Amino acid sequence: MYSQGLIGADARTDETPEFLEAFQNRIDAEEKIEPNDAMPEGYRRTLVRQIGQHAHSEIVGMLPEGNWITRAPSLRRKAALLAKVQDEGGHGLYLYAAAETLGVSREEMTEELLDGRAKYSSIFNYPTLSWADIGTIGWLVDGAAIMNQIPLCRCSYGPYARAMIRVCKEESFHQRQGYEIVMTLAQGTPDQKAMAQDSLNRWWWPSLMMFGPHDGDSVHGDQSMAWKIKRFSNDELRQKFIDATVPQAEYLGLTIPDPDLKWNEEKGGYDHGPIDWDEFWRVVKGHGPMARDRIKARKKAWDDGAWVREAALAHAEKRKARKLVAE
Amino acid sequence: MALFDAVLELADDHLVLGHRLSEWCGHAPMLEEDLALPNMALDLIGTARTLYDYAAQLEGEGRSEDDMAYLRGEREYRNLLLCERPNEDFAHTVLRQLYFAAFMKPYWEAALSSSDEVIAGVAGKAVKEMAYHIRHAGEWVIRLGDGTDESARRMKDAVEALHIYTGELFEEGAAEGIDALPSRAAIQPAWEATIDEIFGHALLSRPVVQYPQTGGRVGKHGEGLGHLLAEMQSVYRAHPGATW
Repeated sequence: MYSQGLIGADARTDETPEFLEAFQNRIDAEEKIEPNDAMPEGYRRTLVRQIGQHAHSEIVGMLPEGNWITRAPSLRRKAALLAKVQDEGGHGLYLYAAAETLGVSREEMTEELLDGRAKYSSIFNYPTLSWADIGTIGWLVDGAAIMNQIPLCRCSYGPYARAMIRVCKEESFHQRQGYEIVMTLAQGTPDQKAMAQDSLNRWWWPSLMMFGPHDGDSVHGDQSMAWKIKRFSNDELRQKFIDATVPQAEYLGLTIPDPDLKWNEEKGGYDHGPIDWDEFWRVVKGHGPMARDRIKARKKAWDDGAWVREAALAHAEKRKARKLVAE
Repeated sequence: MALFDAVLELADDHLVLGHRLSEWCGHAPMLEEDLALPNMALDLIGTARTLYDYAAQLEGEGRSEDDMAYLRGEREYRNLLLCERPNEDFAHTVLRQLYFAAFMKPYWEAALSSSDEVIAGVAGKAVKEMAYHIRHAGEWVIRLGDGTDESARRMKDAVEALHIYTGELFEEGAAEGIDALPSRAAIQPAWEATIDEIFGHALLSRPVVQYPQTGGRVGKHGEGLGHLLAEMQSVYRAHPGATW
């Protein structure tokens, strides 16, 4: 799961105008760009950054949900959550593989994540505080991610676009599963309903922030749009998400925590209250409530696993040597 | 009720071990293992669910699979001590998995011809899963046993720590005298052959255990199980009667 709000990509490029024009013509003709094709350096860099951030988001995203695997309140939910978190890991794996087609290794990307050079979706720097958060994350966070990822299935870079087709199918399943968890709570005991409402209150605004800054404040929008890495603006996608989600909350009998939210007949969509951009930038810059814990957990897994990875390599070398001797 | 007790023992083994494996999710040494360990956990929890459901039917008192899993305390759990041992490091985890799967594969093979349809049905699915678990865990035991000095030391430590719990695998427990379930003692030669084969490649030897640790089948567990259950059951128990 991941949504837009690409942070810090440098799309500068210094190829000749003829090269850039020919490349743009291919993009405009909706041709897919493949790994061995010539491409502007800025295009490659933007994609490495975006696919890397997407992959890291999947991996870090395993942590907040993984926090409830051992406490899932039924065996059916426990199995479903395990399978879901495993899917996220699988998405990370495809996406690292897609980024590797652009000449960067998974190890390099992992190191960038662990030392803070690479970013991931800020939404995962919020804590999961109740079982209801598992439902809400599926419903809202995966729901927001899908809004962004469906257009990515048509992204100009072939390997990314193809990876996204499978990812989207699974995310869509997760979104429905999350909604079903919240529905069960909303129709449950008063405590369960309160748990669902509290969870919606905490995740609503961060979910809206997943779409990134207002279009006017978004630095990377135009070039990414021209290269068809990105197909819709941040505000367009945010609006689509709100319009799709508000009726879902109403159906559950839950209240969206925005007193200014109202239907605007003229634009055929909802108007919403102001987003707290101070909070947005604070969290994006690495000061979210769980930011340090997330990286610490990833770093611990990586460091504690070093001896295992070294042993696997050493064993493979020994086998290769023995095979040579045998031949 | 003997069959009920025996089915519950099997179910507890699978749930507790599945739960332990699930603790790795997101914290494994590499992404591939972040996928593989939950996969094995899912196999085990899936089998546990079918067995709890069957136990509840045999009992006939209207309990659900979740009542079985979430409303019994540590003295009522009947799992093998091996299954509840903490994850420690990756060497302990893969060895524990190998020990269990190397027992369960021949067990389920024998159960394929059980007169009990549910047991035979579970066996049909579980045999394939256990074969995969032996392969996956066994390959890791070999890699680590014959990898670096550190991995070889950790693998030996794991054998030293876990082997004392393997004798309990072969105790009949509540299954004593039940024809619908395979004899557990009869599985021992097949188990030893699998372990010896893998240990041969892993440069490990199977220790002789003078004082085996047992007691899981009568609810005498280590101190870790209570914590595992307290965590697992916390939400379910905080909301009696709720539907999830």
